[in-house]
Amino acid sequence: MEEKDSKKTKSDDLVNQDKDLNHDELLSIKSYKSFYDFSDFQTIYKFSFHDTFSSRIYDLDRLLEKDKMREKDGFPRKIKLGKLVKPSKDGKDKTIIIPTVSEEKFYHWDAPQGGGEGKSTGGIGGEDEGEVIGEEPIRPSEQGEGQGAGQGDAAEHGMGADAYDIGKILTEQFELPNIKEKGKKTSLTKFSYELTDKNKGHGQLLDKKATLKRVVKTNLSLGRIDAKKKIDTSKMLLTPSDRVYRILSKEKDYESQAVVFFVRDYSGSMQGKPTEAVVTQHIYINSWLIYQYKRQVKSRFIVHDQQAIEVPDFYTYYNKNVAGGTEVSSAYELVNKIIEEESLARDYNIYIFHGTDGDDWDQKGTKTIENIQKMISHTNRIGITVAENTYTQRNNSVVEKYIKESKLLEKHPEIIHFDSFKAVDADESRIIQSIKLLIS
Amino acid sequence: MQLVDQHTKKIMEGCKERALDAGLSFDKESLEYIVTNSDMVELSPKHMIPTLYDYWLHDIQVLRGKGEYEYYPHNPYETVINTRPAISFYNDNNPDWLNVMIFYHVLAHIDFFQNNKFYEKTWDYDFKEKALTEKRIIDKLRSKKGRWVDYVLEFARGIDNLVGYYQNLSESENNDLFNLPSKVDFYFNTFLQDIKKVGMNKFLEEVERYNSTEANNGRSKEDLFFENVLILNPEFDELFMKRNKGEVKKVSSDLMQYLMNESKFLNKKENEWMKVIIDIVRDTSLYFSPQIRTKTMNEGWASYWHEKLFMNDDRINGHEISFAKVNAKVTSLSRVGLNPYAIGWRLFMFIEESQDKGKYTYEFDKLSEIDKRKDFDKSINNGRDFIFHVRENYNDLTFFNSFLDQDFVDKYKLMVVGQRINQQKMVKEYYVKSRKAEDYKQMLINSLYHPPFIKIKNISDTLYLEHVFEGKELYRDYIQNTLIGIEYLWGSKVQLETHEVDMEKMRADEQANRNSKPTFRKVLYSVHNKKVTKQVLN
Repeated sequence: MEEKDSKKTKSDDLVNQDKDLNHDELLSIKSYKSFYDFSDFQTIYKFSFHDTFSSRIYDLDRLLEKDKMREKDGFPRKIKLGKLVKPSKDGKDKTIIIPTVSEEKFYHWDAPQGGGEGKSTGGIGGEDEGEVIGEEPIRPSEQGEGQGAGQGDAAEHGMGADAYDIGKILTEQFELPNIKEKGKKTSLTKFSYELTDKNKGHGQLLDKKATLKRVVKTNLSLGRIDAKKKIDTSKMLLTPSDRVYRILSKEKDYESQAVVFFVRDYSGSMQGKPTEAVVTQHIYINSWLIYQYKRQVKSRFIVHDQQAIEVPDFYTYYNKNVAGGTEVSSAYELVNKIIEEESLARDYNIYIFHGTDGDDWDQKGTKTIENIQKMISHTNRIGITVAENTYTQRNNSVVEKYIKESKLLEKHPEIIHFDSFKAVDADESRIIQSIKLLIS
Repeated sequence: MQLVDQHTKKIMEGCKERALDAGLSFDKESLEYIVTNSDMVELSPKHMIPTLYDYWLHDIQVLRGKGEYEYYPHNPYETVINTRPAISFYNDNNPDWLNVMIFYHVLAHIDFFQNNKFYEKTWDYDFKEKALTEKRIIDKLRSKKGRWVDYVLEFARGIDNLVGYYQNLSESENNDLFNLPSKVDFYFNTFLQDIKKVGMNKFLEEVERYNSTEANNGRSKEDLFFENVLILNPEFDELFMKRNKGEVKKVSSDLMQYLMNESKFLNKKENEWMKVIIDIVRDTSLYFSPQIRTKTMNEGWASYWHEKLFMNDDRINGHEISFAKVNAKVTSLSRVGLNPYAIGWRLFMFIEESQDKGKYTYEFDKLSEIDKRKDFDKSINNGRDFIFHVRENYNDLTFFNSFLDQDFVDKYKLMVVGQRINQQKMVKEYYVKSRKAEDYKQMLINSLYHPPFIKIKNISDTLYLEHVFEGKELYRDYIQNTLIGIEYLWGSKVQLETHEVDMEKMRADEQANRNSKPTFRKVLYSVHNKKVTKQVLN
C-alpha cells in the first residue's frame, strides 16, 4: 500500500500527486523539458477545451453545489440516492448506489386496485381464461433480492471508488457532520515540507555524510584509494556530481487512520426488512467515513448470531444469512479481542457500528454491557441501531431495554449513540436521520 | 463520434437503393456515425440529439447511466434521430451482415419519420440545427442570468407534456385530414345547429348549397358561399370572430402557451427572457410528440422492412441463421409483457394479409362462422399498398383501435395477463385474464402515452387547473414540485383540481376484508408562496 511508504522521492510524488500540483510546481517541471519536447499536439490539444456534446458534463461536485443552491433559493432539493440492484442467477444480487433525479411532471399512474389485484399486461400462450400461468414469491427468498446490499466481487476496490463519491453526497446533501479534529488522532492527510530528499549536484543543504560516502566510492572505483595504505583525503578527486544535497520536498503525513467495525446480527429473525435497513445504513456510514478520512479507513466486518465471526469483505458481510439464535455479547467480545490483539487503540480512531433487530437471548445483557464498557474506553464512537421487526413492540426490544437500563447513554454521550426504528418504515430519509443521530 | 468508414457507407448506399426500389421513400442524404457505448450513455438524456441544450439534470442522468452501465453493460445496436439529414448511430464492432439488417431497420424508421402525417410539423426544418441555435441562446442567457435559467428550464420541462400537440397539428396548412376551414366548420356545426337551431331540411339545404357553390371569377368557393350567408345573417361574422377568440381561452390545454400569453409575471419586461426558454422547451416537446405517439407503429414498420429487405438482399447470402437469431430476439412476443417490435410487426403483416384477401369489407364483416372467416379470400392483393397507407395516416392509438380484432388475437394466441395475490400461498400469481380482442385492445390503449388533459382557467389571478378525470390519478409524489414550478411561472396562486383514490377508505375496506374497488374523490391542491396544501372537495 502506498501509505506505508511515506518516504518517497520527489519524482514519485510528482507522478502520484499530479492533481495537487500548484501552478509554480507545474512550471518548474515543465522547465525540465527542452524546447523540442513540446509540440502543438501535446500542448494545445492537451489543454484546449473540447467543445463536444459531453464536455460540459458537470462533475458531481458542481452538481451537488447546484442542488445546495436550490435550498437557498427556496426550492426543494432534487438529487437523491438511488439504489440499483443487479439480480444474478446465483442469488448474489449486487447493489450499487448512484445519484438520481426525477423530473416531476403531471403523470397518470395506476393507483392500487384493491383486493390485491395488480396491473394487467399482455402475454401469449395457449391457456384458458382464468388459468394461472406463473407465480412469484412475495417475500424474497433467503439469498434473494432485497437482502443483500452488497457490492459483489468488487468488495474492496470497487466499493472504495464509489464509496468516496457517495460519502461526499451524503456529507453535502444530507449535511452529515464533518468529523472534528480530535487531538493527535486527526485523520486527514497533511503535507509538510522537509529536507528529506537527496539530490546530486545542487540543492539546499549539503549532506556531508552522504557526500563523503560518494566521494570514497568514486575514488575507490578510480583506484585512487589503496585500502592498505593510510588514506590521504587531499589526494582524492571531487566531482560535482558527488556532492549530495538535501532538498526541500513535500511529504505526505498519514497521521492516523480510522478503523471501523461493522457488526451485524445475521440471525434468523433479521431476515427481510431489518437486514435491508441495517445494511443500507452501514453502506452509507462506510461511504461517509471513507470520504471523511479521505479513503484512509480500514473496515472490518463482523456478523454474529450466537457466535461471532469476522468476514473478509462487504460482500460476505451483506449476504450472509443463518437461522440461528442471537447473542449480542459474542460480537462485542470479538471486537474487543481484535482491538486488543492488534493494539488498534494506539494508532487508530475506532468506530463501531452495530445493527440488530433488538433480539437477544441474554435478556439482561450483563455480558454485553460489560463489553460495551470495555469498548467505550478505546473507541471514538459506538453506534447501535435497532431495526425492529413488525412484531416487536415499539421501543421495547431486549437490546434497547438493557442498554437504557445500564445508563451508558447518559454516562458517555460522547461515545455511545443509540437509535431504533421500525424496519418497515426505514426509507432513505429515516435511515439518513438515524445516521445523523449515530455520528453526530 | 466519427462517420462510418467508406466500406460501411458503400454497403449502406446499396441498402438505400434496394429500399427505394421496394417502395420506401426518404431523403437521399443521411449521416451515419460510429459511437461508443459511453457516447450513447451521454447522449441518451438528450434523446440522442447531440446539439440539444445543456441541462444539469441530464448530467446526473449521465452519471447514473454510467453507474448502471458498469453493472448492466449493453450494446445498443442502433438509434436514429428525425433530423435532416437523418442521423443514425452505430456500434463500431458490428459485422457487415448485422449492419445491413440494422440499416434496413433505420431506413424504414426514416421513411416513417418522413411520411407519417403525425410528423408533419417536423418536416420543414432540421431540428439538430435549430437545437444548436437554441443551445447557444440558452448558454448566452445562462451567462447573464446564471442559475435562474436552469430554474426556468426545470419548471418549463415540468409542464412540457401539457402542450397542445394535436391542436398544433390541426393548425397545419397542408394537412388534408384537418383541412376543414374553421369558418365552414363553425357555420355548419355551431351556427346552424346550436345558435339558429335549424331543422334537418334547412341544414341539408345549406350543405347542398355549399357543395354546389363553385369557385368563380378568381373568388373562392368559400367567399361566394359566405357572401350569401351574410346577407341572411349579418351577425354571423361577428359571432364567428368572437367564437374564435373565446375558443382559444376556453378549450386550451396547452399550459405552456397559455402561460406565455397570459402570465403577468412572464410578460413583465425584465422576465421576457423566460418566455424564450419556455418556447424552446415547448418546441422540443412538440418535436418529440409524434415519436412517442407512434412507437409501436414505427418499430413494427421498421421490423417489417428489415426482415423483408434483408431476406431479399443478395449480398449477404449465408448469414440467414445469424440474422434469424437476432431477428427472433428483437421480434419475439414475450410470455408476459409488451414488446412494440413484436406487436407492431405482426399487426402490419396481419393488415397486409387481411387486405390482400379483401377482409376489410362489409362482406367479410357479416361472416360469423370461424371456418368461413378463415378461408375468406377475394385475392385483391393490394395489401402492400394498404400498409403504406396505414403508415402514412395512423398513429398507435388509431392503429390498434382500427385493426386489432379477434382474428389477430387468436392467430397469435394473445391474451391479457392479470396479476393477483394468493394469500394462502403467499405468491403473486399471473393468470390469463382475458382472450377477448376488446380487452386486449383496451389494455394496449391503456398502456399508451397519454398525458393528462388539463383545462385552464384564470379566476381573479389564481390559475385554476382542472385535471379532466379519465379513470387515473396523477402520480402524487410529483404534484408538489410541479405545482411550485407552475406557480413560479404564473407569478401568483395556482390551484389544481384532480381525482385521487381514497386510500383511507381502501385500507379500511381491506382490513375489514371487504373486497373493494378503489373509490376516487375530488381533491384540490393549492400552491401559494411555494407552500402546497391539499383539501378534499365533495
